[in-house]
Amino acid sequence: MSSIAIGQTKQDQKTSMMDKVKDWLRWNTSKLVVAPSFALVLVFVYGFIAWTGYTSFTKSKMLPIYSFEGLYQYIRLWKLPPWHVAIENLVIFGGLFIIVSIVLGCLLAILLDQRIRGEGILRTIYLYPMAISFIVTGTAWKWILNPGLGIENLMHGLGWTSFEFSWLVDPDMAVYTLVIAGVWQASGFVMAMFLAALRGVDQEIIKAAYLDGASISRIYLVIILPTLRPVFLSSFVILSHLAIKSFDLVVALTGGGPGYSSTLPANFMYEMTFRRNQIGLGAASAIMMLATVMAIIVPYLYSELREKKHG
Amino acid sequence: MNAILRKLTATTILAGGIVAAAAGAQAEPTAEVLHYWTSGGEAKAVKALKEDFEAHGGKWVDAPVAGGGGDAQAAVLRSRVLSGNPPTAVQIKGPNIQEWAETGALANLDKVANEEGWDKVLPPLLQKIVKYDGHYVAVPVNIHRVDWIWANPKVLAKVGAGVPTSWDEFNETAEKLKAAGITPLAHGGQPWQDATIFETVVLGIGGADFFNKAFVERDVDTLKSDTMKKVFDEMRKIRGYVDPDFPGRDWNLATGMVMRGEAAMQIMGDWAKGEFLAAGKKPGVDFVCAPTPSDHGYILNSDSFAMFNVQGDDQKAGQDLLAKLILGEKFQETFNLYKGSIPARIGVPRDKFDDCAVKSMDDLKVASDNNTLVGSMAHEISTAGAIRGAILDVVTEHFNSDMSSDEAVVRLAEAVELAL
Repeated sequence: MSSIAIGQTKQDQKTSMMDKVKDWLRWNTSKLVVAPSFALVLVFVYGFIAWTGYTSFTKSKMLPIYSFEGLYQYIRLWKLPPWHVAIENLVIFGGLFIIVSIVLGCLLAILLDQRIRGEGILRTIYLYPMAISFIVTGTAWKWILNPGLGIENLMHGLGWTSFEFSWLVDPDMAVYTLVIAGVWQASGFVMAMFLAALRGVDQEIIKAAYLDGASISRIYLVIILPTLRPVFLSSFVILSHLAIKSFDLVVALTGGGPGYSSTLPANFMYEMTFRRNQIGLGAASAIMMLATVMAIIVPYLYSELREKKHG
Repeated sequence: MNAILRKLTATTILAGGIVAAAAGAQAEPTAEVLHYWTSGGEAKAVKALKEDFEAHGGKWVDAPVAGGGGDAQAAVLRSRVLSGNPPTAVQIKGPNIQEWAETGALANLDKVANEEGWDKVLPPLLQKIVKYDGHYVAVPVNIHRVDWIWANPKVLAKVGAGVPTSWDEFNETAEKLKAAGITPLAHGGQPWQDATIFETVVLGIGGADFFNKAFVERDVDTLKSDTMKKVFDEMRKIRGYVDPDFPGRDWNLATGMVMRGEAAMQIMGDWAKGEFLAAGKKPGVDFVCAPTPSDHGYILNSDSFAMFNVQGDDQKAGQDLLAKLILGEKFQETFNLYKGSIPARIGVPRDKFDDCAVKSMDDLKVASDNNTLVGSMAHEISTAGAIRGAILDVVTEHFNSDMSSDEAVVRLAEAVELAL
């Protein structure tokens, strides 16, 4: 009997070991699975951000040099007229792109929300541009907006010879063509987000307001839109990072021209780093872009996290 | 930025794999050749070199990087060198050769150069480009001439004009064409094309010494001088001779305008000839080539292969063999017939080359003897990337705005100083 009892204890010890391992696995499997990608992100995102940051404080030209030179590259950067043009363009393009996309997207969503026939098809049509890459959008709009090929030529062909629409070849207006193409691409996506949120609005409140005699426009303005605040915020964050990293749209649509009148910071960074052997200067401009993104994202994250805590 | 870096690392790992595979075969001369000649005549030209190399017992490892202009290639090259694993031969040119040589990454080719007598067959300007500290580190492949006018003689005949031989005559002819409703100059509004016209005007109005002082020595007084103001005045006039839809147009589309008679002339390097020939146009009949107005000047653009410091005897032997073949008469003829350029060396039979190429060869000799041969700024021969870029910024902004010539020269001097 006693030998059996000892055997049983051993068995118990074994099972308890197994249990411990199982327990440990249960709690840590998720961490184990995430670990490799976490390590990759750590090196290839944050590691390289740090590397870029350090490079921006050096006089690196063709190859990186690691002797510290302080703010030398940043002082140079802010003396360069093309950088100022790029920043101004970012403000114009970013501002208009975000505002127009949100307003248009919201408006489309409200119109589609009226339980109209063929909503499915319309929704797909508006959302479809999002599936196209910016290179394709840029190339297509380049043809449409080219005065010799596109709209202007078409109007002249139809007999309206005084028609003029030559923003693409006008240094002062070229940046607005980027807004047109960008809005065309992104507003459908914004619409989809708003539409999803509109469908989530409590119908009882609306009915109650309706019974109280509020007009449709008043219901939307005072009741529905304020409840959509999180959607406004998310679309703002998504659109603003799209705007700041815009690169391919410029390459395809305007080529940065006429002259360098429609370049954006990302194009400037590429030009300096990879074409002109100015790695240090390119890194400085990349860090300025990162700072811009941080200026938008950090307050957003802060407000989101704080709300969760209180909630 | 991060996405690009990630791609770079991936490319490095991939490329490392290719080299490891190549190192397996031993003893036979091996060359891994990094280049961006991936389209049309250029691809054919590279294939000719590969076949020649293999016929001499070599092993060719092709490493083409698509994406014109060599930006993509530059990124690959940088990561390869940083990871201590450079390719055998790389297509780089102009001051980039000097910059790489300064880092100590390039191999010495003096042995082959002495055996083959490069000092005797290469024009002195070209020797300067491919030598660092008195030693050969690269091999020139060809010579392109930049300062050409490509004209449609039938269109010019409509206003009773020929190809202009002075800038004043150029302006007169252009005014006449404009009055007749014809676009005088086909042009694509991209910074490098603006700069191509700009440098031919600098050579034409300022002369070769002025050109070198401005673009090679980067002398501030020269950049701000009255002559440079005149250059910008002429650029302002030229701006009036292009059609309104020029921004962003590719150079070959501009060439097409001359072919179809929509425009009378184009100022472009001799790669434009390839477009005319590919469309079945006959030189002298459908199109004519003439140098842009200057006093026997010649703006040279040249492609070359730089040889990197590599490990292993097979790769070193491959380097020597490749260098010898590239400057050999046979390859110089085949390659340049495909590419539309002229041979980099003297003494290649000229009977297979067309009239434009022969004229280019003759003018090159005259210019070289008169010291009026200059390296192109717009195509990165005389001026390194950063400074070239700074000049392009000002030239293209002036061309696309109503900036005065006085302001342009001040901006030019500032931009060049800032880029140093």
